Parts: sequence; C-alpha cells; structure tokens
Amino acid sequence: MPNLLAEGGKQLLLGNEAITRGLIEAGVGFASTYPGTPSSEVGNILEKISSEAGLYFEFSTNEKVAMEVSAAAASSGVRSFVFMKHVGLNVAADPMMTLAYSGVRGGMLIMSADDPSCHSSQNEQDNRYYSTLALLPMMEPSTPQEAKEMVKEAYRVSEELTLPLIFRTTTRVNHARGVVELSPKAEAKKIGHFDKDVARFVNIPAYAKQNRVRLLDLYAKAQELSEKSPHNFIEGSGDIGIITSGVSYTYVREFVKGASIIKLGFTNPLPEKKIADFIKGKKFVIVVEELEPFLEDQILRICAQNGFNVPVYGKRSGHLPREWEFSPDTLSGIRELVEVQEFKQPLPKVTVQLPSRPPTLCAGCPHRGMFAAAKKAAGNTDVIYCSDIGCYTLGVQPPFKAADFIICMGGGAGAAGGFAQSTDQKVIAFMGDSTFFHAGIPPMINALFNNHSVVIVVLDNRTTAMTGHQPNPGTGRDFGGVSTEAIDIKSLVEGIGVKFVQEINPYDVKAATKVMKDALDFDGVAVIISKCPCPLELKKQKQLVIRAVNVDQDKCIKCYNCVRTIACPALFKKDGAISTDPNQCIGCGMCANVCPTGAIEVKK
Amino acid sequence: MKYTVQIVGVGGQGVLLASMVLGNAAMEQGYKVAMSEVHGMAQRGGSVLSTLRFGDDVISPLEAAGSADLIMGFEPAETCRNLPLGNKDTVILMNLDPVLPSMVAAGFEEYPSIDSLKDAVSSVNKNLYTIDATKIAIEAGKAVAANAVMIGAVAAMKGFPIPKDDLLKSLMDQVPDKFKDLNKKAFEMGYSAMSS
Repeated sequence: MPNLLAEGGKQLLLGNEAITRGLIEAGVGFASTYPGTPSSEVGNILEKISSEAGLYFEFSTNEKVAMEVSAAAASSGVRSFVFMKHVGLNVAADPMMTLAYSGVRGGMLIMSADDPSCHSSQNEQDNRYYSTLALLPMMEPSTPQEAKEMVKEAYRVSEELTLPLIFRTTTRVNHARGVVELSPKAEAKKIGHFDKDVARFVNIPAYAKQNRVRLLDLYAKAQELSEKSPHNFIEGSGDIGIITSGVSYTYVREFVKGASIIKLGFTNPLPEKKIADFIKGKKFVIVVEELEPFLEDQILRICAQNGFNVPVYGKRSGHLPREWEFSPDTLSGIRELVEVQEFKQPLPKVTVQLPSRPPTLCAGCPHRGMFAAAKKAAGNTDVIYCSDIGCYTLGVQPPFKAADFIICMGGGAGAAGGFAQSTDQKVIAFMGDSTFFHAGIPPMINALFNNHSVVIVVLDNRTTAMTGHQPNPGTGRDFGGVSTEAIDIKSLVEGIGVKFVQEINPYDVKAATKVMKDALDFDGVAVIISKCPCPLELKKQKQLVIRAVNVDQDKCIKCYNCVRTIACPALFKKDGAISTDPNQCIGCGMCANVCPTGAIEVKK
Repeated sequence: MKYTVQIVGVGGQGVLLASMVLGNAAMEQGYKVAMSEVHGMAQRGGSVLSTLRFGDDVISPLEAAGSADLIMGFEPAETCRNLPLGNKDTVILMNLDPVLPSMVAAGFEEYPSIDSLKDAVSSVNKNLYTIDATKIAIEAGKAVAANAVMIGAVAAMKGFPIPKDDLLKSLMDQVPDKFKDLNKKAFEMGYSAMSS
C-alpha cells in the first residue's frame, strides 16, 4: 500500500492518492467532503491519516455543508480543500456562487470529480461551466504526477487572487495510476482567525453589488495569471495546432504526430493572448476535449475577436464526439486532419452467447430482504417505486424491479410526494441512511406539511456503502481524534411528527412484508426504517458472524421462491436442486425466511 | 519499448492487486507507468477491467482497442467478453475456472461450456495459454491466491519484459506478512504450470 506520509521517493499512486499527497505538501489544514465516486478515495485516505498528517478532516452531511465549512476555514486563513463528485457540486453550487463574491483568505480548492461515461453516476455533466458561471479560476490536471504539483500551484493562485479555485478532475485522472515523485511535506496550519469584514463577507444587496465588481476585477487578474501559468504550455512545432486539456492531452501526446500542442492546465480564465499567438499562422487547429465544447467555443470566440480565419475543428465540426469519455481510439475521428498512430485490428467479438454480469447487490445484502418484502406486500397494486442514489439503485434489476424513478440524492422521496398528489398510484420511496441525512429529511417534512400519502423506506445499513463505507451522522464518527454519538433516525422521524414509524429487520422478510402492508394502507406519511448493517462493513470491522446453511433436499419442494424473491448470488440452482455457495453465503437467513417448507436451515 | 497489459475479471478476484504488483514491478525496472482502474459501482460483482501500460514513453492511462500485448483473463467468460482489446498476435492468458454470474447461479441464464470459450479464443488467436488458476490456488492453500498464480504464470510468458524474480519481489511487497508464504507458493505453482 502507498505511504502518503513518506518523506520522499517515488511511488505508484492513484490520481486521488497523488492529490491527497499534494494537500500534505501544500500544508492544507482543513478538508471536507460528501463521498462520491470518482472522488471517494481521497476521503477514505484522509479518514485514516488526517491526524498524523496534522489536518482536520470531516465527512460533512452533504456537499453544501462541506462547501460551507471549508469556506469558513479558508475565510479564517486556513488552507482548505472541499471535494465531491460532479453532481455533488450541484448541491454545493448555492454557497459557491456567493462565496465567489466574498472570496477567501487562506487558499481554497473545490475539487469537482467529473465522470464522463457515467462509470458510477447518473449523468455526465461538464462542471467546467461552473467556473465561468461563478467567475472562479479553474485548473485541470492530466496525470497523477501533474495533479500533485498542480494542487500546490493552485493554492498559490487561490491565495494570490483571494478566490476559491475549482480543481476539476475526471475519472481517468482520479482513477489513473502513475509514478509520482514525492516532495517535502509542509507544516499544516489548522487554526486561523476570522477577521470581520462586513462589506466583504455579508452579501446584502448593497455590498453584493460592490462585490460583484470586485469579483470581475479579480477575474481580470486571474486572466493575467493564466497567461503566465506554467501549466499552460506549448510542445512541438508545425502549422497544425492542437488545443487540449485534462486526460485528453495524454492521448494526443502519445498517439498524435506532427502537430504543435498547447496543453491547458489553467483553463479558466483561458490564456487568451497565449492561445491567439498559438493559433496565428496555423493552417488549422483541432480542439481535443471530453464532453462539451467548453474550450472549443471560447477558441472560436478568440479567433473571431482577433480576426483570424483559421479553421477550428473538434465537436462543432463533427470530428469528435460530445458524449462519453475519450480513449486513444477516439483520435481516429481526426485521422483525416493529422497523423494519428495506426492501431492494431481488434479481434472480433466472440459469437458464443456470454452471460450478463451487471453489478449486483452482494450476497446477504439486507436491501434484498426489504425489496422482496415491498414487492410481496404490493402484490398486484399499481405502485411507483421511487429510488435514490446508493447501492439500492441496483434494485432496478430483476427480480426486484424496485426502481421506477431515480434522479438525485434525496430526489426519490421528493418525487414520491409529487406522484402521490398527481396520480392515483401508490408510491414507495427508498433511500439510504446517508441519503436520509444528506437530502432526505426535507422531502419527508414536505410530505407531512402538504399531506402527501407516501411510504418512505430508509434502508439503514449503518454506513455509506456504495462509495466505500464511510461513516455518516447515523453511525457517529470515530476518527481523527473526534468521537461523536450516532443520531437515531427513528427519533428524528418521530420528532418531525410522522405518525407511522416502524423499524424492521429486513432479514425477517415475512415480518417486513406485514409492516409494508400496513404502511401501504396508512393514509399519510408512513416511514419504515429497514435497519441491518451492511455485511461488507461488518466484515471490515471483523464483526461478521458467518452461519452455515444447509438445504434439506427432501423437504425442498422446488418452488424456487428463494431464488425468485431474494435472488442472492450465494444461492445456486443446479439440475433443479437448490444449494448455497459456502464461499459467498453469510447465513443471513433471508432465503430460509421465504422458504415455505423450512428446507433451508441456518445453523445457530 | 511499450507494453500494454489488459487485466480482466470479476470484482473480488484480485484484479486491482495484480495490476498493482505488475505496475510496481514495472516502475522498479525504471519504466514509465500509466494505469487505469475501475472503482465504485462496477465493483459490486460486475466485470472489472484494469489497464496497465509501461515503457519508455508512456503517458496515456488507456490503450486503443486491439492494442494489448497481453490479456490477463482471470475468468473465462470475461476473457471472451474483452477479446476485442487484443489482436491476432496478443498473448492471452485465460484462467479456466469460472465465476458464475448471479443470474446463472439462480438458473435464469446459461454459462457456456469452457471448451466453447477456449475455442472462441483459439479460433482467432494462436497465442492462447490456459491455466486452472483457482484450482492451483486451492492446492496452494486458498482460492484467493489465484491472482498470485496468474502473476506467476505471466512471469513464465515468453517475451514478458519483467523478470520473474522482480515480479515475485513486487508481489511480496504488496501482500500482508501473514499471506506471504501462501502467495509465494501460489506464484511458483503458476510459474511451473506455465513452464511445463
């Protein structure tokens, strides 16, 4: 395993590890996040090493709060780092937009980890536009080594401008791995002092109007820094120009020959003069960037403003796609314009019918029991299943098919109220425990306030599982020298005033089914808390008790209720007979619970 | 020199560990290294792909389709699914021990015969090497050591640019002390299985 606290030397680091090391080399004193892939590893590492590294770190309840706590630290002169996945920045956009007006005193980086190709996301939005929307400087690394160095330069720039800086990465930077040379660590300053300045930090209209002018002035200054930035550089020569940034640069650099490249690392504001000088006299330029034509449209404007008649090729010309992440193969789109290395002829796809292998809920996952119970209780009733962001998203798959509507964190419960009001269908909303604290409470209050008849299920598996098992307010925290008590979801929901609140154990599918039936019959807001720890988390904590399971073939009537309703990967059906895989089975007993003849026995 | 390994398998098989072992060994040889890994949602029992590239002037973490020098297939169906990562000259190492997807286990889908999967590869590529890595690992002590068996097998591959001893050293650096003996044994058994 990499040692991010080493004094020096070279290591093979994941982009997220390199970025974390960058924080240590930059003397960052405060970091906050809400977990989200592809940024999650940074938080998992900081949870382990923040104490030793001498910085404060927290998992905030959502990205908005994460932004606000880091903003306060930076306003007090402490270097801070807030990080999240791209859609997390939507949640945090509100504080960010006005924080730009106030600015900061200690450097502040806002890492937006975008996910082209939606590897683990619900969309592939291009967050570079947030930098032009908020008028904030932005930097984008291409490789792990560059990411580490750029973190340090970004703090320097942030402090020179007194503005937070958007540090924008993509999956193929966060989850790339490369050789990284470690530099000396810096002493982290953890405690600052907030010097009051009402005109700057209190954005009432009169001050905000002035701060908008201040921001525009700083934006102009940022432009000058971008012109001089060592992270905007030119390589090679020739009359064909390529303008690129992020991971796309690595593909161009390695697989395109005979072109001059301008590699942009400081991408907002763009170094317009440098770019104009680069384009001048070129036969044509090609803009190679993932997702939207963010650079390309600005290049077209720069050409127009300078009166250049140089063709600009890229997405607008149809040479490169707007959707999905790039790879070296994508460069085939510009082969008619520039020399791209010939790739080998790929082998054809095999004609053998291969079984599908989608990501799936784990063996013994308690969500399986709750989904089975909901489906059983609903029977033939027309139910809309609103779901949310987490492992339980996978409930969309058969046999559960327990997801009809998913948009964002907390969005399922919000939409549930709308469906309840605007249709005659029954509505069940699922959300996780971490999602409940993140954005699940306001929609619950909304349903109560407006008298929507909905069933809201909190799938409380005692962890933030999908992103790698981070603690959340429902578990309490115990790291970095800080211990807090867990916040009890049931008391909280009762405290809001929900009249139907029941906690169930999803491993007891029959009991859960009964509660779900009552909830569906209830007129008003019914909340079911499906409480059972994630087996993977228990395993990590060395608390997982595995029980042996035996299927009595004489008692089995081959109804296949177990595989049809629980569909656990540890259940096997071979030559008509049901068995369990001892390597996967944890003995949770969900399949035994739904077996009508007691053929499945869980050893005590 | 540039060399690309595409490591394919199923979440939980140790694909990431194997890529770390090969990547660190490549770094120690003085090569530039660029890798790309799959984390997050796809790890939940889904197909996993890890790309490892090393050589004198390597920076891209991804490789073009068809351009793999070696496909390290931890699972037969996944090896076949990812065949277009290679070309007719690509060396393909395929573990013949399957991991059944949940829909196959539950009896809703069929898993093709191992022979049909072997034939699917060998009909288009003459460099197929097969190994019962999981069985060998169980013989060595534990099924989880299958990735060490696979790394040992790679060490025996003709033309693989990193020497055996350096791969073994890198493996020993990556595994916890209490599993070192198991992994060393599994590595050696994988090496012999491929050399014989």
